[in-house]
Amino acid sequence: MKLWKTLLAAAVLAVATATSAFAARTDLVIGIPLEPPHLDPTAGAAAAIREVTYANVFEGLTRIGPNGEVLPDLAESWTISDDGKVYTFKLHSGVKFHDGADFSAEDVKFSLDRARAENSVNAQKQLFAAIDKVDVVDPATVKVTLTHPQGSFLYNMGWGDAVIVSPKSADTNKEKPVGTGPFKFGNWAKGSSITLLKSDHYWGAPVFLEKVEFRIVPDAAAAVPALLSGDIQAFPFFDPDSVSQVKDDPRFKVVVGATEGETILSINNKKPPFDKLQVRQAISYALDRKAIIDGASAGLGLPIGSHMSPANKYYVDLTGRYPHDVAKAKELLKEAGLENGFKATLKLPPTTYARLGGEIIASQLRDVGINLEIIPVEWAQWLDQVFTKKDYDLTIVSHTEPNDIDIYSRKDYYFNYANPAFNKVIADLELTSDEAKRKELYAQAQKILADDAVVGFLYELPKVGVWDAKLLGLWESAPIPANDLTKVKWSE
Amino acid sequence: MTAYLLKRLAISLATLVLASIVVFAVLEILPGDPARLMLGMNASADQVELLRNQMGLNAPLLLRYLHWVGGLLSLDFGRSYTYSVPVIDLVRERLAVSLPLALIALALSTVIAIPVGLFSASRRGRAGDTISMGAAQLGVAVPNFWFALMLIYVFAVWLRLVPAGGFPGWSPGIWPALKSLLLPAVALALPQAAILARVTRSALIEVLNEDYIRTARAKGLPYRAVLWRHALRNAMIPVLTILGLQFAFLLAGTIIIENVFYLPGLGRLVFQAITQRDLIVVESVVMLLVAAVIAVNLVVDLSYAVVDPRLRGRQ
Repeated sequence: MKLWKTLLAAAVLAVATATSAFAARTDLVIGIPLEPPHLDPTAGAAAAIREVTYANVFEGLTRIGPNGEVLPDLAESWTISDDGKVYTFKLHSGVKFHDGADFSAEDVKFSLDRARAENSVNAQKQLFAAIDKVDVVDPATVKVTLTHPQGSFLYNMGWGDAVIVSPKSADTNKEKPVGTGPFKFGNWAKGSSITLLKSDHYWGAPVFLEKVEFRIVPDAAAAVPALLSGDIQAFPFFDPDSVSQVKDDPRFKVVVGATEGETILSINNKKPPFDKLQVRQAISYALDRKAIIDGASAGLGLPIGSHMSPANKYYVDLTGRYPHDVAKAKELLKEAGLENGFKATLKLPPTTYARLGGEIIASQLRDVGINLEIIPVEWAQWLDQVFTKKDYDLTIVSHTEPNDIDIYSRKDYYFNYANPAFNKVIADLELTSDEAKRKELYAQAQKILADDAVVGFLYELPKVGVWDAKLLGLWESAPIPANDLTKVKWSE
Repeated sequence: MTAYLLKRLAISLATLVLASIVVFAVLEILPGDPARLMLGMNASADQVELLRNQMGLNAPLLLRYLHWVGGLLSLDFGRSYTYSVPVIDLVRERLAVSLPLALIALALSTVIAIPVGLFSASRRGRAGDTISMGAAQLGVAVPNFWFALMLIYVFAVWLRLVPAGGFPGWSPGIWPALKSLLLPAVALALPQAAILARVTRSALIEVLNEDYIRTARAKGLPYRAVLWRHALRNAMIPVLTILGLQFAFLLAGTIIIENVFYLPGLGRLVFQAITQRDLIVVESVVMLLVAAVIAVNLVVDLSYAVVDPRLRGRQ
C-alpha cells in the first residue's frame, strides 16, 4: 500500500515536471516609451497607436511584412485590371470581429468610404485619394476602382490607417478597439499599461501568446532596471545610449535594425541665403555624418545621401555626393558672396537625436563660418512654428513615414522647395505600376534631391530593440511603426 | 472665528477666479495646435481645420472661457482632447495613485523628521546633532531621481523584493499596489524629511531659548517633559506650514519620481497633457490643484488655532 502511494506520487511529480518543461511561457510584457492617445489607428497619427494595434488587433486588406514587403491579409488574393485601375479583392471567409460580428465585403466598403469621406479625420487621407468608388460584388469579393492607375495602391492598403473596421464598433474603437486580428483588447489602465488577450476565434494561423501587456515606460533610465529585474521582457524601441548597459549580458539580445525615419537637417529653401544652391551645398559639404551618428545616436544608424532608407528596395547610395570637405564648403560660400560667413537659427525639437545632433552640427557649421543660434522648442511648438508657419532657418527632424519622398513635391510643405522636374518624377511614379520603371523613377527622384541639396541628409534612424534572449519572432526592423506579435513565442 | 472663516473663504474664492483667468490665458498664448498634434505631419491644412471645428477650438475666446468656467461650476470638467474621455475620470484614476503615494510619503517624512529634529535640537552642537544634520544636508542635496535609481537597483534588481516600477492598480489587491508605491514613497519622503528635520530643529532651538522654557525647567519639570509639552507644541507652526506645502508638492510635483517608477500619477498626466496640448485637461487639473492647495492652506491655518489656543480668540 505504501509503495503504491509512493509510486503514484512519483508518477504525478514526473508528469507535472514534464508538462512544465514542455509548456513554454505564453505571457509577455513589452515596454513602450509613449502612451498612445487612443487605440484607433484610423483617427490619429501617433506611432504608439500602431505599435499596439497593428497586425495584433486590426488587419487590413493587405499588410506590410517585417522587411517592408506587401503581404495578403484579409484579402487572400486580388486581380488587377489591364488598365491598372480596377482592383478586385477576394476576401477570406469565416472571419469574425472580436465582438462576434461577421466580417464581409460590406465592412471593407464601409472602412474605405469612411476613411476618404469629406469629414474624415484620418491622418493619412492621401492614401485613399486615388479611390473613385468601392463596390461590393458579393460578401467575399470587393472591387475598388481608382481614378488613375496607382503603383503604390496595394502598399497603401497595408498601412495602419487603412485597417478594416466594423460599422458597429467604429465609433468606439478609440477606447475599446474591435478588429479581426489574433489579439483582442483586454484592458487599458491609463498611464500605466494596455493588455491584449488571444482572440478565441481567429481565422488565420494561431498565435503562441495568450496575454500581452504593453507597459508604458517613458524614462530611458527606468528601462534598464525594468529589464534586469525581469518585470519587462522586451523593449522593441530602446534608447541607443543605454544599449551599452545590457549588450554584454547573455540574458538579453540587442537587435539593431532599420526604420523608415530619415533624419535630416531641414532647410528653409526660400529664406535667404538658403535660397542659393551654393549655400545649401556648402552646408552638405560641412556636415560630417560619421561624427553626427556617433554623437547623436551612439554610433548606430546608417548615413544617407538622399531621402530614402538604405533598407528600402528603391534605395540608391548617394552618400558620396557631398563628402565631408571644409575647404570645398568655404569655397562655395565664397562663390555665393558669403566669404565672411553668416548667422542663422537652428530650432531643435525635444528628441534626443535632435538635441545632441544639433550641438554637433552647430559646431561643424561654425568651422565653415556659419554661426548658428540654437533654439530648443517643444514638439507642439515645432509643429506650430516650424512645420505650419515655416518660421525657421534650419531644424533637425526625423521623417518617419515610410516611402515618403513625395513630401518634397507637396505644395506649401515646410521645406519651401519647388522643383518642377522633381514634381514630374513624382507624378510619373504615382501612375507607374511596372517595378523596373518605378525603381528607375525613385532613383531619379533621390538624385534630384541630392543635387539640389534641398536639406542636409544625415542618417537613417536605427531601430534598437532589446529583449529576453529566449524570446523569438519580434521584428528586427521597423518598415512601418508596429510591434507585430503574430509570430512571437518563447523558446524552450 | 466665523468672521475669520468667512474672510478666508472669500479670499480663497477670489484666488480661484484669478487663477482660472491666468491658467486659461497662459494656455491660449502657448504656441501649438492640439488638432495638428493629433493628425501629425501628413495631414492637410483643411483636415486640421476640420478637426479644430469638431473639437470646438474655433469658437470665440470669451465664449470658450465662459463655457469652461460654467462647466467647472457644475462640476463638469470637460472631455480630454487626446483620450476623449471625461477629464474627471482621468483625474480619479490618477488620484488613486497620487493620493496614497503622497500620504505615505508625508507620513514617512513626518515619522522620520520630527524625532530627528527633536534629537538634534536637544543635543545642539554635540556630535549627534552634527551627524544627523549632516545627514539631513545630504538628504537635501542628493537628487531624488538618483536616490530612486539606487533604491531600484538594490531592492528591485538585486534583492527582487519589489517591482522596479509600474502600478498594478488596486483591483489585484492592496498588497501589490502598496508594494509598488513603497520605493517611490521612500524616494520622495527622504528629501522632504531632511527639510522638515532642519525646520523642526531650528524652530525648537528658537523656542528653547524662550524665557518660559527656563521657567519650566526652573520649577523642576524634567527636560523630556519640557521638550515634548512646551517646546515642541510651540515649534509646531513652522513645521505645519512646511507640511502643508509639502503635501501640495507631493500631490502633483512628483513628475520626476513618477517617470523613474513609471507610475501613472497626476504629475505625469499634467506633463503629458501639456506636451500634447490637451488644453482642457491641463486647465481643469491645474484648477483642481489650485483648489486643493487653497484647501490645504485653509486646513493648515485652522490647525494653527488647534495647536496655539492664543490664535483662536484673536480674529
